Amino acid sequence: MSRTHVTCTINGDEVEFLCEDDTTLLDALRDEVGLTGSKEGCGTGDCGACSVILDGALTCACLVFAPEVDGGTVVTVEGIADGNQLHPLQQTFLEGAALQCGVCTPGFLVAAKALLDENPHPTETEVRYALAGNLCRCTGYDKIIRAVLAAADYNGSEG
Amino acid sequence: MRYLAPKTVEEATTLLAEHPGAKVFAGATDVIPQLKAGRPEPEALVDLKKISQLVSVSDEGGHWSIGAAAATAKLTGNKALAAEFPGLVEAAGLIGSDQVQSRATLGGNLCNASPAADSVPAMIANGMRAVIAGPGGTRTAAVEDIPTGPGSTQLAAGEFIVSFELDHVPARTGDAYLRLIPRTEMDIAVVGAGARITLDDAGNVAAATIAIGAVAPTARRVPAAEAALVGNPINDQTLAAVAEAASAACNPIDDKRGTIAYRRQVAGVLARRAVVAAAERAAARTNGGN
Repeated sequence: MSRTHVTCTINGDEVEFLCEDDTTLLDALRDEVGLTGSKEGCGTGDCGACSVILDGALTCACLVFAPEVDGGTVVTVEGIADGNQLHPLQQTFLEGAALQCGVCTPGFLVAAKALLDENPHPTETEVRYALAGNLCRCTGYDKIIRAVLAAADYNGSEG
Repeated sequence: MRYLAPKTVEEATTLLAEHPGAKVFAGATDVIPQLKAGRPEPEALVDLKKISQLVSVSDEGGHWSIGAAAATAKLTGNKALAAEFPGLVEAAGLIGSDQVQSRATLGGNLCNASPAADSVPAMIANGMRAVIAGPGGTRTAAVEDIPTGPGSTQLAAGEFIVSFELDHVPARTGDAYLRLIPRTEMDIAVVGAGARITLDDAGNVAAATIAIGAVAPTARRVPAAEAALVGNPINDQTLAAVAEAASAACNPIDDKRGTIAYRRQVAGVLARRAVVAAAERAAARTNGGN
């Protein structure tokens, strides 16, 4: 069977790729487009390591069939920095050492970006609920939550 | 497997007739994990999300119409719907993480037919109707009649749910859905209970609908609990009767989430608490919906 041709916008660039119809968006991003930032943790929508923003909504790329995104817009972790200028979340994750093995980190960054885009100054409780779909088996979460809150303060200082 | 994305209900019914081995899907939050777990791939998967009618949420023609493939985030983000049906919207909002909420749907939650589906007791409590399209045209069925057992529904080959109809609430009416999970987020109900209560001017119960989930092969109404309330005030005696009836209505399984005895006990507790929460909301709502 011929492969399906998908055209979409990824991180601001128009991208075309070919895939099987049962390929997930996560596998297409990693294997066809070469964007390996999004990770596969569970592959069943439980861990959030593959979090992307699809047509403005945070979702797990492993729960999306790649042909669904034809004509759509995807933001991955590779797209959240502004050129060489790290996103405030990337900066505060670095400064706060909010990671250990790092596999969950891209998902946390994308999910936290989706939160701060919607709610620039969340409370700690709001951050914890918003990130409930992202699992980290190393850090115990505390440093991650603090890094997100620090990035929210950064938003404030930028006005 | 082929991916097909019809743009209209008619196109979808035609595709399903042409591909008898096809299955419909909406958010894929159950379908993809099931395929990964080894379920056989259908000949084709028909994506219902590209049909505008299936993803719209509207308040027209005297009732709400909720697209079967509308993401639950669209329900929790709808202030008017959440104000009129807080229990239903809270139930929908309990399904999975924010990542899942952008994909999960009422149609999928119902048709995946898990006994523990959070939205289903709340839909039943609110008397929601499913508008079903199929090769024979369109028909309507009560939500409570759709699931027939774990993983099975009464939908015939080629049929799919287009939308759910939800009548506006009368005055002095409130709904609630409560579930027990051993943690705060991201888990599957051990027990769920939905209730909708209408009070009369004297504060007695004029109408009651109570449905429990995760305690039987399908979510089920508890007529004995409803009968114990109607015509009576909400007090210790009637609430005890609600709890007893809900526990008696259970036919649960033992599994890693809970034992039969525990589920029975908790079903009574949650049904009672859901009735209290729904009645408080009913007392606070002096006017009905639009």
